[in-house]
Amino acid sequence: MGDFVRGLWKENPVFVQVLGMCPTLAVTTSLINGLSMGLATTFVLVASGLAISSLRKVIPDQVRIASFMIIISSFVTVVKLLFEAHIPTISSQLGPYLPLIVTNCIILGRQEAFASKKPVGRSLLDAIGMGVGFALALVVLGGVREFFYQGTIGGFQVLGTWYKSMVIMVMPAGAFISLSLLVALFQRISGRK
Amino acid sequence: MKQIGKMVLVLTLLGLISGLALSLVSNYADPLIEENKQEAIREAIYYVLQSTEDYETDEVDGKLVYRAVDSSEELTGYAFTASGGGYQGTIRLMVGVGPDLQEVKGIQILESSETPGLGGKIRGESFKGQFRNLSAKEEIGLVKSAEPDEGEVQAITGATISSKAVVNIINKELSRIRSVLSTGE
Repeated sequence: MGDFVRGLWKENPVFVQVLGMCPTLAVTTSLINGLSMGLATTFVLVASGLAISSLRKVIPDQVRIASFMIIISSFVTVVKLLFEAHIPTISSQLGPYLPLIVTNCIILGRQEAFASKKPVGRSLLDAIGMGVGFALALVVLGGVREFFYQGTIGGFQVLGTWYKSMVIMVMPAGAFISLSLLVALFQRISGRK
Repeated sequence: MKQIGKMVLVLTLLGLISGLALSLVSNYADPLIEENKQEAIREAIYYVLQSTEDYETDEVDGKLVYRAVDSSEELTGYAFTASGGGYQGTIRLMVGVGPDLQEVKGIQILESSETPGLGGKIRGESFKGQFRNLSAKEEIGLVKSAEPDEGEVQAITGATISSKAVVNIINKELSRIRSVLSTGE
């Protein structure tokens, strides 16, 4: 259980480890984008975690990174093809960031730090925890940015038409501002200074 | 030596398995992806040439031109894609013109990465709508603050470059289409 919860809160990949900043900052222009990115990353984390953990005694130490990359990039390509085939609108909004999951350091990081050393069951829990933690962070960030940009959450109008849209929130500057405020808030809540 | 053998063997096997799996997934996904692309094109054609019931794809001078007809098989116009540089990255448009090639019937943005809220407004009806039934005997003109005359559109405030880019892309492709369609028939 500890393996699962750790990724959600105590070692949240975005708010605590500050890993995977490229997709975090780039795609969170709306809640739905954040969610799809989070789910895609979770899938890759879980699938490659399972594969690598079960192969951990077979893969020689010297070529482990190369092997991890083959496995990770295969799963990423699968996700990319499935997204393009079934949800083309979301896939075109995520653009190059979907195939770029390959370079997300959370994924390689978890394989190196966890899946390649621990049994399959624990690796699975760890991957799900980290994935969901990442997805949650992206959803919150995407939701906040979408809300302040045009007063909607997940596409639904929350504020009235009087709300004047705040363009900066969907630009890179808005990403950095929201992320830093959220990290500060997170540290405050979890009692760290 | 034994170590090296094992390394080579593991990497080769991993590569093989991954290649095999990917080709299976790609076999499954490719037709669907192609279908999605065609669907996007179909929707764009129906949007730019209203009252279109059917269309056929022609290849003229190495590029695709869609000949659209209405329910009574009457030619409603031609649609074609055009692309060029915007303020950020490429803008790709579907342009519909009347049968005489003298009037733009409508445009649709297929792809653009213009700044949201500024250049991104080229996707909005208030800009796109200006190209509905726009006379294009000459080149389409762009005005900034004045009222647009016939054959002119008004630029988006704060996004002159993106507006200009759209107009230029259409003008360039339109004159090319005119020359190939008039010599081709």
